[in-house]
Amino acid sequence: MSESFELEIFRYCPEQDTEPFFKSYEVPFREDWVVLDAINYIKDEIDGTLSYRWSCRMGVCGSCGMMVNGEPKLTCSAFLKDYPSRKIRVEPLQGFPVERDLIFEMDDFMNKLTEVKPYLLRKEGEEKPLEEGEYLQSPAELAHYKQYTLCINCMLCYAACPIYALDSSFVGPAAIALAQRYNLDSRDQGRNQRQEVIASHEGIWECTFVGECSVVCPKDVDPAAAIQRAKVSSTLDWFKEMMIPRSKGK
Amino acid sequence: MTTYRKPVSNTWWLESKPYFFFVIREFTSLFVAGYCLFLLVFIAKAGDSQEAYATLILSLKSPISMVLHLISFTFILYHAITWFNLTPKIMVLHLGEERIPNALIAGAVYLSWGVVSLIISWLILGG
Amino acid sequence: MSKSNEPVLWLLFSAGGMISAMVFPMLLIITGVILPFELAGEVTFERIHNAVKNPVVKLVLFFVIALPFFHWAHRFRFTLIDIGLKPISFLISLLCYGGAITGTIVAAFILWRI
Repeated sequence: MSESFELEIFRYCPEQDTEPFFKSYEVPFREDWVVLDAINYIKDEIDGTLSYRWSCRMGVCGSCGMMVNGEPKLTCSAFLKDYPSRKIRVEPLQGFPVERDLIFEMDDFMNKLTEVKPYLLRKEGEEKPLEEGEYLQSPAELAHYKQYTLCINCMLCYAACPIYALDSSFVGPAAIALAQRYNLDSRDQGRNQRQEVIASHEGIWECTFVGECSVVCPKDVDPAAAIQRAKVSSTLDWFKEMMIPRSKGK
Repeated sequence: MTTYRKPVSNTWWLESKPYFFFVIREFTSLFVAGYCLFLLVFIAKAGDSQEAYATLILSLKSPISMVLHLISFTFILYHAITWFNLTPKIMVLHLGEERIPNALIAGAVYLSWGVVSLIISWLILGG
Repeated sequence: MSKSNEPVLWLLFSAGGMISAMVFPMLLIITGVILPFELAGEVTFERIHNAVKNPVVKLVLFFVIALPFFHWAHRFRFTLIDIGLKPISFLISLLCYGGAITGTIVAAFILWRI
């Protein structure tokens, strides 16, 4: 006698309905299945109209983020067996406009990623010509920012952040962590250029250190810490600029 | 294309445990301000006459004072613990390639807290 | 350039938070239990009186009280905004930081007068 598992899934079909609704599906329960397996089963066997994003199914691409029982999760890493009630509610990631079913608009996030200038910036005249080889970096220097390179842009942190849910002008955890990845990179000299976005009212100063972003991050990037550290360095900057108006840090 | 935006209610913080405890943590600041006001009264009386100070000490034995102190202590303790636990996130220190463990930094902060508390009680209550 | 002036407010918040976390719990035990119930023997009025009149102590007390006021102001301001009062955020900032400034002035006044 095989067990079954119920998924109550958020549906929204803008050409047909003005309001979203929930639809329940019953799938077989398998010990080794993740929520994504169940959703794929629904799409293949029960209801082909269900729309959602997924790709690698192994927790590295960041595509399959959804709310499972109100918690942001990568559905490829959330096991059915971890829900003993054998019933879950699946919704699109919180904080983003929903296009259809479980698919949300990521444009705001994509814009913010580009706004923080996520590439190595060098000061005027300090770019090394190609013939001189690469910028050298020691393992100790790498250790300073390596954690912030691990972000897979899954946006679970934005879904977990109540500040972003209340105000989508907040730059947000992943974008700020990405900025820190470059700010703390010894080869980069562009911290000042990123400050306009990072040290703005919509940047780090809107964060109240709820900390849920770091709790839900599947890659242990710890964006909350990145933001608080940016508050410290931005405060030091502010005082430096007050004391010596023409002196600008890195 | 019409997108759907789920409305966010003002009681969002009641919807999950982490959010709830976050707002509790933020509300501890009310008790911090409240105790500041109390300290001002205490200092004013202590700098006044013996009678004024004695009256204050007497009122501190009342049930109201005890209840207020207990409630404030609970909230301010929660503030202190959450504050100290978050310190390692802000103070990230590296020794070469290795990052100094969070527990060590938190431990140092808690130790300082103990030392400061002992110094305060020694200063006020005497050796 | 939308660079904010929040850093100062955040610094005051942090300093006040660290001070209140380090100092207030012990003070609460002292004023709540130890002094009223004389659990540390007799702590004379003279001792406390002379202590608070000492200029160095007054300076320390000023910071121990003023900075936590600003800690409250900054934290409470954001909390009120987050629970739905964003439309009146300017008024909230005024009341919170105004309150902290008032508390600071009152503290200075009291410490000066004793």
